[in-house]
Amino acid sequence: MATMQTPPTSPQKLRLDSLIPRDSSLIRLLVITVVIFIAFSLAKPETFPSGTNLEAMARQMSEIGILAIAVALTMLSGGIDLSINATANLTAVTAATVLTAMTASPDTDPGTVGLAIVLAILAGVAVGLLCGLVNGFLVAYAKIPPILATLGTMTLFTGIGTVVTKGAAVFGQARLSELGNGEIGPVPIPLVIFLLAAVVISFILSRTKYGFDLYMMGTNPQAARFSGINNRSVLLRTYLLSGMLSAIAGIIILGRIDAARIDFGESYVLLAIMICVLGGIDPSGGFGRMAGVVLAVVALQLLSTGLNQVLFENSGANFFRQFAWGATLLLVLMLNYFSQRQRQRRASSEK
Amino acid sequence: MNWRALFARQEFIILLVLIALCAVIAIINPTAFLSVQNLFRILRACIVIGIFALGTLMVLISGGIDVSFPAIAITALYISTRIIVDTGIDSVPLAFLLGALIGLGLGLINGVFIGIFRLPTLIVTLGTLNLFRGALLFFVGSERIRLSEVTTNLADASRLNLITVPLARGEASLHFTFALLIALALLVWFILSRTMLGRAIYAIGGDREAAERAGFNIVRTQFFIYGFVGLLAGIGGIVFGILSREADPFSIVGTELDVIAAVVLGGALITGGRGTVIGTLLGVLLITVISSNLVLLGIPTEWQRFVIGVLIIIGVGIPALQALRKRRLRVQTA
Repeated sequence: MATMQTPPTSPQKLRLDSLIPRDSSLIRLLVITVVIFIAFSLAKPETFPSGTNLEAMARQMSEIGILAIAVALTMLSGGIDLSINATANLTAVTAATVLTAMTASPDTDPGTVGLAIVLAILAGVAVGLLCGLVNGFLVAYAKIPPILATLGTMTLFTGIGTVVTKGAAVFGQARLSELGNGEIGPVPIPLVIFLLAAVVISFILSRTKYGFDLYMMGTNPQAARFSGINNRSVLLRTYLLSGMLSAIAGIIILGRIDAARIDFGESYVLLAIMICVLGGIDPSGGFGRMAGVVLAVVALQLLSTGLNQVLFENSGANFFRQFAWGATLLLVLMLNYFSQRQRQRRASSEK
Repeated sequence: MNWRALFARQEFIILLVLIALCAVIAIINPTAFLSVQNLFRILRACIVIGIFALGTLMVLISGGIDVSFPAIAITALYISTRIIVDTGIDSVPLAFLLGALIGLGLGLINGVFIGIFRLPTLIVTLGTLNLFRGALLFFVGSERIRLSEVTTNLADASRLNLITVPLARGEASLHFTFALLIALALLVWFILSRTMLGRAIYAIGGDREAAERAGFNIVRTQFFIYGFVGLLAGIGGIVFGILSREADPFSIVGTELDVIAAVVLGGALITGGRGTVIGTLLGVLLITVISSNLVLLGIPTEWQRFVIGVLIIIGVGIPALQALRKRRLRVQTA
C-alpha cells in the first residue's frame, strides 16, 4: 500500500522518525549506485572514471532523465504518460522546421538566427504544452484511463509528425548545437537543464499547493475531492507539466543530434517508466520523490556505460544491457517487496 | 435486445465502423479492394496479431496488462527454430509444441511475480520484456535465421493453405494458420464464457477483493492467465516465423501497444471486468484493414498512424463518456 507522503507544508514534517522508513529505499538506491560506480571503476580504471567518460554519461542521461521526471509526475497523480517520447519528437520536428524555414542558408544574418532560435524554442514548448493539454483534457475531463488516453495520443502525435515530415528527418541547421553539446564551465548544458528541472519540480512538489494537492490526489482521489481539492485542475496541470518537460527533452535531443525524426528513441518510453519505478515512484500514485528519480537515472546510466566498456570486445553489449535493465528492475521490485513485508510484520508485532 | 442496448455495445459500434470503412474503400476502389486475393490478404495479416490479441484480451479482462508477450513470442520462435535446426528434426508440429512450451514457461515467470509477489502487472511485464529480449539476443543469438536455408518442412509450411480459390489470373489462398486463429478464438471464448475459470478471470478484473471473498483462488487464476498468455504468444511467434519464413530476433517486439490498442478498440476495458472475443477479433480486423487498405482510399501511408491514433481516442472516449452520462443520469433521477 502506498503511504501518503507527508508534505513539508504540514507541521508533521518535523517528526524525524516518519522520514526514516520512506528514505530507506533512497538510501538503498544510493548504495547500489555507488557500488556500481566503484565496481566499474575497478574493472576499467583507465576508461570508466575518466573525465571524458563522465561527461559523455552526463550528456546521455539528461534527455532520458527529463522524460523520466515527466513520467514521474503523472505517476504521482496515479496515472501514466506514454506519449512523452511522441511529444518530444513532435516538438523537435516543430523546432527544426522553424529553424530550417528561417535559417536554411548559411549566411543568414545573426539577428535572424537569434530570432529563429527563440521562435523555434517557443514553438516547440507551445507544441509540448498543447500535447499536454490534449492529454490533460482526455484524462481529467473525458475521464479516460491515462494509460489508454496517452496510448492513443502517443499514436496520434506520432501520426501527426509522420504526416508533416512524411517520415523523413528534419535538420536543425546546427543552430541549437550549443544547447545540446555545449558546456557551462565543465558541466554539459543538458545536465544543467536536467538538474535544474529536477530541482524546480522538487520545489514545486514540496513547497506549493499544487504539489500538496498532487500527492493528496495520488494517494486517494476520493478523499482529495472531499477535502476540497479540484482534482481536474490538478490532473490538467500535471499533464501540462509533463508535456512541457517532454518538449524540453525534445529540444535538447534536437540540439545534440541536430536532426529531428518522428520515430526517434522509441525505447525511451518504457525506459522512463522503468527509471521511475527504480527511483521509488509508486505507479499507483501518491508516493515518491524526484531525488529517487535522479539517482535511478544515474544508476542506470552507470550500469549501461559500464557494461558497454566491460563487454567492449563482445558485440552483444547492447543486448546484455537490456537484460541487465530488466533484471535490475525486477530485483529492485523484489527488494522493495521484502522490505515492505518486513516492515509490515514489524508494525503488526508492535501492536 | 432492443436497438438502444445494441448501440450501447462497443462491439456493435466497431462492426458499424468496420462496415462503413469497407463500404467507402469498396466504392472508391472496387477492383483492388473487392477481390478474393485482398480478402485473404487481410485475413492473413490478422492471424498473428489476432492470436496475440486473444491473450491480451484475457489479461485486460483480469484487470492487468501485459507488454512482454512480443518478447515471449520472439524468444519462443527463435529458440524453437534453433532446436529444430540443431537436432535436425524438421517438423512443423514439433515447432508448435516447442513454441507453446517455451511460451508457457516464460509466461509462468510473469505469473510468479504477479501472482505470488503481487507486483503491478505493467511494471513486471516491462521488466520481463527487457529481460527476455536481452537474454535472447545476448545469450542465444542475434543472427537472423532464414527458414528456407536450414529447413524444408518448416519453410514449406508457409505455402500450406487452408483454401485455394482458382481465379482468372493465378489463384488466391488462405493460410492454414487462419484455422488455428479460429480454433484458439473458440477456445478462449469457451474458457471465458463457459467455465468457472472464466468467471474467475472476469471476477478478478471486476473487483479483486470481492472475487477473493467469493472464494476464487486469485493466485492460481493469475498463474493460469499469464501462463496461457505466454502459451498463446509462443504459438503466435511460431506462426509469425512460418508466415515470414524466418526467425528474426529483432522482429515482433514493438507491436505490443498496437495489439493492446486493437483489443481496447474491441470493447475490452483496461480497468478490467469487461471484454469479448468477438469484439477483440473485430478490433483486430479494423486495425488490419486500416493499416493495409488505407492506401486504396488514396490516403498516403504516412496518415496510417494518425488515423489509428484518432480511432483509439474515439474508441476509448465513447465508453468513458457513456459512463459519465450514466452517472449524471443516476444523480439526476436520484
